[in-house]
Amino acid sequence: MLWVVVALLPATAWAVWNMGSIAAWLLAACIGSTVGTEWLWNRIARRPQTIYDGSALVTGLLLALALPPRTPLWMAVAGGIVAIALAKMLFGGLGWNLFNPALVGRAFISISWIGVLSAVQPHPGGWFNALDVPGNGDLDAITGATRLAIAAADRAADGAYGVDLTEYYAPLLFRNLEGCLGEVSAALLVAGGVLLIVKGIIDWRIPAGYIGTVALLSWAFGSDPVFNVLAGGLMLGAFYMATDYVTSPMTPLGRLLFGCGCGLFNAVGRFYGPMPESTTFAILFMNGLVPLIDRWLKPRTYGWGRGDA
Amino acid sequence: MSPRRFRGGIHPPDHKNKTRGGSTARIGVPERVVLPMVQHLGAPCVPVVETGEVVRRGQLVGRAEAMVSAPVHTPVDGTVTALVETLTITGARVKAIEIAPEAKQDWDRFVPLEGADVVRTVRAAGIVGLGGAAFPSAVKLTPPQDMPISTVILNGCECEPYLTCDHRTMLERSGRVVAGGRIIAQAVGATRVVIGIEADKYDAVDTMRSAAGESAEVLVLPARYPQGAEKQLIRSVLGREVPHGALPAAVGVLVHNVSTAAAIADAVEDRRPLMERVVTVTGHVAHPGNYLVPIGTLVSDVLAAAGGTVGDVDRVIAGGPMTGMPLAGLDVPVVKATGGIVVFAPGETAPAVLGDQPCIRCARCVGACPMWLEPYAIGIYANRRDWDVTERYHAMDCIECGCCSYVCPTNRPLVQLIRRAKHVLMERGAKT
Repeated sequence: MLWVVVALLPATAWAVWNMGSIAAWLLAACIGSTVGTEWLWNRIARRPQTIYDGSALVTGLLLALALPPRTPLWMAVAGGIVAIALAKMLFGGLGWNLFNPALVGRAFISISWIGVLSAVQPHPGGWFNALDVPGNGDLDAITGATRLAIAAADRAADGAYGVDLTEYYAPLLFRNLEGCLGEVSAALLVAGGVLLIVKGIIDWRIPAGYIGTVALLSWAFGSDPVFNVLAGGLMLGAFYMATDYVTSPMTPLGRLLFGCGCGLFNAVGRFYGPMPESTTFAILFMNGLVPLIDRWLKPRTYGWGRGDA
Repeated sequence: MSPRRFRGGIHPPDHKNKTRGGSTARIGVPERVVLPMVQHLGAPCVPVVETGEVVRRGQLVGRAEAMVSAPVHTPVDGTVTALVETLTITGARVKAIEIAPEAKQDWDRFVPLEGADVVRTVRAAGIVGLGGAAFPSAVKLTPPQDMPISTVILNGCECEPYLTCDHRTMLERSGRVVAGGRIIAQAVGATRVVIGIEADKYDAVDTMRSAAGESAEVLVLPARYPQGAEKQLIRSVLGREVPHGALPAAVGVLVHNVSTAAAIADAVEDRRPLMERVVTVTGHVAHPGNYLVPIGTLVSDVLAAAGGTVGDVDRVIAGGPMTGMPLAGLDVPVVKATGGIVVFAPGETAPAVLGDQPCIRCARCVGACPMWLEPYAIGIYANRRDWDVTERYHAMDCIECGCCSYVCPTNRPLVQLIRRAKHVLMERGAKT
């Protein structure tokens, strides 16, 4: 758990630096509500306190990173409560939940208050100057649609807007302020993900299958694979959410399949779904298939069938 | 021929440096030896001496009456002081013969064995698998008629951390190991002898190669636990899998430990019964090393011979840390299968886990299991006493190597849970 926090720290710090105190408050609300909910649940249920295992902290952190900075704090708190109470503790606590708690929290917010998460929102400023945006003079606020929404609109209009997706590569990699906290820098997310793979904490098969499938399908659907891989919540989902031990398959082949499935539903959702940000539901859907994948891809026991190698 | 890899396994730190360099030393005459009538897998022996009787080194004191059993011989000249009950290393209480040795022993002399052919001689010598399994070796030399043996594998892997007794035996008694392999191969009609050694014992590889010459192949295997487990070894050496519920003979293989092979050569060529063995005494002792210990010497006396323990002692383990037994008391006798005595200080052993730690489904146990089981699932269902499901997850195929417990990040007692399931299933008549 600790290593996941460490891996996410640079991306989180960079998001707070660029988005300002508004992002810090969102982080505090999410982590406070997840850890607090678990603490309270254990108190009421008279069970041993489990908040020190760090998993509620990770859930809160991931939830915050999956929300845009202007999310109302009460809404974030509601998401955190649902994430822990409904998605985790009701299932029996750590290890027993079928669905990724942070994503259930995000899904709860996105379907309860439709539009909030993908709405065109005032551009957050930096930590020191709320409106430190070059060339915008003394505006009160500037707004921007997410780049995925722009790309989708352009695609829907058969390229009438003339959007050049390659111009988005650099901002998506290093400093993108239209979107969630976890979308500010794809490069930092990848760096943390690689750290987790090198440390042997997550299996490379899930992000590789996930990102590879999205790139392949984007290309097949006639879009820009690089843009599609970098945009939206995909990196956060592929490296940090789909790789959740509890809600991913137990065998190497199963994990590869799971990653590819996430990529498939993510890409299909993006190109044919109602919302351009489809990472949440793609992973949740695949979470639901994990028991079936595990049953289907049970390892063959030594000495059972298939004979000599 | 290059070895294949078995899938699964772990790389625990080996801790062998303290003991692999020094020669094996014979310990002094102990004050008493206690010879349990059960030192093997199988039926107990029947004592054939009486209190007050004077016995000679090598004399039979416990007779094996069942087919799967192994007789016991006294390793010392002395007097039978009592027929007692003793606690064994495994915690069982069994009949034993207590002997007071004479102060001066002639280690070169012993009562020679009788026995017309190889199998009878090996049986009369009381030889059991010295790698730890303690299965009577003579039984393995008479494989089922319909299963011809083509290959004999001598197991020199010694993948257990800390232990170096097989390593020293290969260095010091290479000729005997090779001779044992030849005798075994002739007895079962095998045409090929392969000696499998882990890559970290490069000196043993060289020694065994020059001793074996053309008579046996020495195969260097990757150092990975449990490389020396029978089924994994067969997979590495030959790429064959022993089918569930079958003997290695089903795939034409017979596996013996290198120290067992040396003991078989001693029995057949010198008419020498199994009376003593090399024991690695290491961990927090004053003089770690390999010691030639008369069977029946108390663990406390062996530790004293190694200069005693040093500092705080948390646990003493008979055997290696992965598959060995923690000892409740030290006044238990060394038996034929005792390859090591390892002394651990506080903090060196896994923390005792209280209560049920959650399984976070990280799947490390699935990756580490060399039998390709799903230990996490067997553990969960064993906890629920849902034994039928543990059987469906092939709990009976578990070899109890401990890899799953070793890699579990929440320290779930997986191998203990699986062992529990196996016990229940065995009582119901399930087969391994």
